[in-house]
Amino acid sequence: MHIHKFEKIWLIFGVATLLVFLSVIGVSAFYLGNQPPSCLATINPEQVDTQAPFDKPGLNKVEGKEWDYELVFVASAFNYTPGEVEVPLGAKVKVLATTKDVVHGFNVAGTNINMMLEPGYISEFVTTFDKPGEFLIVCNEYCGAGHHLMSSMIKVVE
Amino acid sequence: MNAFTEKVNKIDRRDAKLGMAHFYVAFIGLFLGGMAGLLQTLVRSGQFTLPAGIGYYQLLTLHGVVLALVMTTFFIMGFQFMAVSRTAGTLTNKQRKTAWVGFWLMTIGTVMAAVMILLSEASVLYTFYAPLQAHALFYVGLTLVIVGSWTGGGAIIMAYVGWRKKHPGQPSPLLTFMALVNTLMWIVATIGVASTVLFQLLPWSLGLVERVDVAISRTLFWYFGHPLVYFWLLPAYMAWYVIVPKIIGGKIFSDSLARLSFILFLLFSIPVGLHHQLVEPGIDPAWKFLQVILTFMVIVPSLMTAFSLFATFETFGRSQGATGLFGWLKKLPWGDARFLIPFIGMLSFIPGGAGGIINASNQMNQVVHNTIWVTGHFHLTVATAVILTFFGISYWLIPHLTGRILTKAMNKLAILQGILWAIGMTFMSGAMHAAGLLGAPRRSAFSEYGGAAQAAEWIPYQIAQAVGGSILFIAIILVIYIFINLAFFAPKGEEEFPVGEAANTAEKAPMILENWKLWLGIVVLLIAFAYTIPFIDLIENAPIGSKGYKLW
Ligand code: HEM
Ligand SMILES: [Cu+2]
Ligand SMILES: [Cu+2]
Repeated sequence: MHIHKFEKIWLIFGVATLLVFLSVIGVSAFYLGNQPPSCLATINPEQVDTQAPFDKPGLNKVEGKEWDYELVFVASAFNYTPGEVEVPLGAKVKVLATTKDVVHGFNVAGTNINMMLEPGYISEFVTTFDKPGEFLIVCNEYCGAGHHLMSSMIKVVE
Repeated sequence: MNAFTEKVNKIDRRDAKLGMAHFYVAFIGLFLGGMAGLLQTLVRSGQFTLPAGIGYYQLLTLHGVVLALVMTTFFIMGFQFMAVSRTAGTLTNKQRKTAWVGFWLMTIGTVMAAVMILLSEASVLYTFYAPLQAHALFYVGLTLVIVGSWTGGGAIIMAYVGWRKKHPGQPSPLLTFMALVNTLMWIVATIGVASTVLFQLLPWSLGLVERVDVAISRTLFWYFGHPLVYFWLLPAYMAWYVIVPKIIGGKIFSDSLARLSFILFLLFSIPVGLHHQLVEPGIDPAWKFLQVILTFMVIVPSLMTAFSLFATFETFGRSQGATGLFGWLKKLPWGDARFLIPFIGMLSFIPGGAGGIINASNQMNQVVHNTIWVTGHFHLTVATAVILTFFGISYWLIPHLTGRILTKAMNKLAILQGILWAIGMTFMSGAMHAAGLLGAPRRSAFSEYGGAAQAAEWIPYQIAQAVGGSILFIAIILVIYIFINLAFFAPKGEEEFPVGEAANTAEKAPMILENWKLWLGIVVLLIAFAYTIPFIDLIENAPIGSKGYKLW
């Protein structure tokens, strides 16, 4: 099979770029810890309200962990509990969320806090809230007739 | 027309009928789906409410199912039958009969699914994620569409095998080879969606089992969902590699490399579905990353494709006396819709492909996942690159099959259609990309989200989407008008089915490229490698399953 000289150059250049690119995202993921939310913990979706930490939705201070607070959300068609929450500026927070019924999304709009909530699973993501202001949480996975009405609000305050 | 005037390279009339049957369904689907698309953009602008109890999500289910699943599959099956019939010879009666059985299975399935959507029994969107539960007949309908496409795929495999038997030791005709690759990929890929529908969703919707494992169902869906997009794309590549060179009067840059790139697509389309599940719980991030790497392997055949297309264009331009770095561009037949429309598609694939790289990269995915950015992305890829190429194909294939010609007037209208599409899509897709970066969610009716300031920023973009959507709908009306003209009213005559020749006919494609035991073996190994452990994890750690919900 004959490959034109220019095509060889083009492919070598392309593959080299690709390797650099994959190394960058690999280092970011495995060395810097920028992994997508991939929590493996499970939960009985029919008993969410009675199981820790989902029996206490909202912002809870924690001690002796890598983060200062746990921000707990329970999703069900078509709302989040809490419907609004204040977070102190600069707080390092572990966001934990799950759903009681169908699949929902959990996206703090315009940020990289973006995860799927699936019945039976817990989703979590650790982040630092370093910008003050109001951040809208939207459900970004279709969950039924009221899907576009499903939202919450994080207020990052000093 | 009598048999006397029939030329060798004209598709047999009986095969032509088979092709047209597929195209009728595809274009009816295009019209219905386009109408739904227009209404969606209008609703999302906030200026319009749907009449008569039609639900937004019912409409969106219709749009997704009819365009992404039905219109594409019918067009592709029809086109592949015609490509095989043209290059490997008229189908045998047995092959044709098999193809017809497939057509009717798909059609019955489509009608069943559509009726369930219209009755508001299946507003689950075209991805039908459990535990939202549609009517059992919706799942039965989808199963029939898949089984029908397998039956049609069987006819293509039979035709390929028949040709190889008659021509031992020879590489198969390029278009037939490509149609076969796409068929094999489709069969391997649809096993995933067929498994979840048949073994999980159908028994569950019938009440035979109470609960369904949501994560496994989604993973099986996406095992199919990513190769689905290559199933759309490869027929467009067939046209770009083989047909467009002939239309411009040039040659195929390299027959062997075209085949090699199709084989690479076959290998790397399937073991990558987890890149749609990057932000899902229950799947180890190391396995996600592995599939991200496999995903990016398709960059290699994509670069090969881009090179060979532009090499064909440049070589042709220079053979016509073009000079300078870009002089060859002037020599291309810009006034020929059969070239221009697919060419616009190729251009749109440049930002489309770049967006795809963003979507698939581990971390950036988190910024755009399930925002309207994603919708903007696939309206550039499938709803522009692919669909414009399909339109470009139709403008010679339909008259070829009906024994008519594409007149100058229709050619002009087709060019106008392509330009309108490009303008409309620039508005719609551009605004979707921009709003997505601001966080606007996809699959959402108009909402002010309780007066949130962020949501207010999205509204101007939604109005831009409605402007784009309206222009696109005008383009769809033009397509339908041209289709009807070419099917029923255009003057009788002979429109060519263009099939390009390789620049270097002396070079025979290596026979190893037709060694399906080898390639399918590697496909199976790659899939086993990428999916075995994630599936074992999902099964071993499975939470209690979910009951069905009907929340619409
Ligand atoms: C008139 C032309 C079109 C318009 C105005 C249009 C408009 C839209 C809009 C506004 C959405 C997003 C709705 C939402 O997320 O809430 C959408 C989704 C979609 N469109 Fe189109 N579209 C058009 C053509 C096409 C074509 C030709 C295809 C496929 C070949 C296509 C495939 C899809 C798919 C698969 C979705 C996703 C549905 C979902 O998220 O469930 N569209 N379209
Ligand atoms: Cu939702
Ligand atoms: Cu994909």
